[in-house]
Amino acid sequence: MLEVALRHRYGRDGFALEAAFGVAEAGVTALFGPSGCGKSTILAAVAGLLRPDSGRVVLDGTVLLDTARGIALPPERRRCGVVFQDARLFPHLSVAGNLRYGQKRAPPGATGPGFEEVVALLGLAALLDRRPARLSGGERQRVALGRALLARPRLLLMDEPLAALDAGRRAEVLPFLARLRDAAGLPILYVTHALEEVDALADRLVLLQDGRVLAEGGVEALTARTDLPLAARRDAGTLLSCQVGGTDPGGLTRLDFAGGTLLSTARPEPVGTRLRLRIRARDVAVATEEPHGLSTRNILAAEITAISPGSGPQEVFLQLAIGPSKLLARVTQDSVSRLGLAPGKQVWALLKAVTFDHLGAAR
Amino acid sequence: MELSAEEWQAVRLSLDVALRSVALGLVPAVLMALLLSRGRFPGRFLLDALVHLPLVVPPVVVGWALLMLFGLRGPIGGPLNDWFGIRLVFTTEGAALATAVMSFPLIVRAVRLGLDQVDPGLEAAARTLGAGRVDRFLTVTLPLMSPGILAGAVTAFAAGLGEFGAVITFASNIPGETQTLPLAIYSATQSPGGEAVAARLAGISLTLAVAGLLLAELIARRMHLLLGRG
Repeated sequence: MLEVALRHRYGRDGFALEAAFGVAEAGVTALFGPSGCGKSTILAAVAGLLRPDSGRVVLDGTVLLDTARGIALPPERRRCGVVFQDARLFPHLSVAGNLRYGQKRAPPGATGPGFEEVVALLGLAALLDRRPARLSGGERQRVALGRALLARPRLLLMDEPLAALDAGRRAEVLPFLARLRDAAGLPILYVTHALEEVDALADRLVLLQDGRVLAEGGVEALTARTDLPLAARRDAGTLLSCQVGGTDPGGLTRLDFAGGTLLSTARPEPVGTRLRLRIRARDVAVATEEPHGLSTRNILAAEITAISPGSGPQEVFLQLAIGPSKLLARVTQDSVSRLGLAPGKQVWALLKAVTFDHLGAAR
Repeated sequence: MELSAEEWQAVRLSLDVALRSVALGLVPAVLMALLLSRGRFPGRFLLDALVHLPLVVPPVVVGWALLMLFGLRGPIGGPLNDWFGIRLVFTTEGAALATAVMSFPLIVRAVRLGLDQVDPGLEAAARTLGAGRVDRFLTVTLPLMSPGILAGAVTAFAAGLGEFGAVITFASNIPGETQTLPLAIYSATQSPGGEAVAARLAGISLTLAVAGLLLAELIARRMHLLLGRG
């Protein structure tokens, strides 16, 4: 669907970007990396707002950019909807005027959700007559999402759309982003340096560092790898897809996943809701015998599949398999030798019910 | 305060000349501002300096230059008169032209200030939404720079009411034809017993100028509210 290959250098001795990746289907592909890794440059080059030194961008068979053949479509003919960090709503138009701006300029044959549908999807009905200056930051971003979607793009590009918002506003907009992802049926390139947004939204991940692609693939597969910079973070861990199974007699929420069930204090969601949990490696402990008399509620039989170096000399990552699901546990080198931990060994994984960060984005 | 017919005529003529000068200069000034702010071409600084000349050159010199160019035997004025029968020297149209040339840099400056207020990010956003060059100029850039255009127009109008040197040199001081307020004041001070007339006309001049400035301020506030910058 989308192929990107770019080379770009800032200034004479600035940092060089050399990145290539592909997006095969609809859904969110997160470009993830620290500030200055080139992710926003990639987005601008795909949108046509920046001309890279050389490169090729092909979307659904249409060549948007091919410097070798001298092709560079202007942004207005690329049909890539962009949601900017600062919303960039037109201040002289009402919310309705902003939403219709892109809609009026969409090609006649283009299909996509209609005005009323988008207004309902993003909860904009009460805002239509307002000027952007009278909107909150979260509301502005919702209008910007609607405006981009109504232009009937073939691809949505989002450049850190939540980065300018405080935590409260982010939590307010995130569910709308998830709804848009599910309703739009479009490939979405989502630039972010916030892991929570990756956890909540992304289907695939392109991991960037210093202008290069370190790894790309499914989010759950990449987060389980210990050889990437992701593993060095304090919140390193795996993502587990779960479904709310109900409430247990003690009032805890039952979350079913492939291979078992977890009890969590996360806020109750309707039964059947699909969630993605980040299980941080530092919250997982292991025992060689089934423990008794312990406050920890989640004690799951697991098998050690591999032991890999951790972020410090004293630490290792244990890769655990619980049925088809994977977990990471961060333990000391000392524990490994003391307990005789080795690949193939059966252990008990301990997870406290209060440690899961609930991720409300239903999937 | 009673004004004589001639005095009224000077007031009306001043308004007429100032209005025509703005009508004449506004569109070229907006285009020039765009060219100077957004254009990248050799000689841009030279053009910039040329546009600003009327601000620093003595107005009499501007009037003299117009006389050379648009006089009946000038390279532009000659053909205009011979082919189209249009005569600019010593006419109201000529007074308007001289005033327009003098206030041109004022409009260009105000429009450029207005243009600099326009966030290029909004134009980039319009592009990604499918708006081509002319489309996004008309629907985004122009509305957002309109406070600058309006401010330029009002300032040029107010300044045009008082243009003296270029008008008297190029269009002369003909009552009813080119004798605007400042020229009438000048004539009054030159004639014996004209102090009272001069004082009355000066008072009117002052009133018009203050009204113009207040109007400009009022319009600017309304525009900023409309554009959501209030």
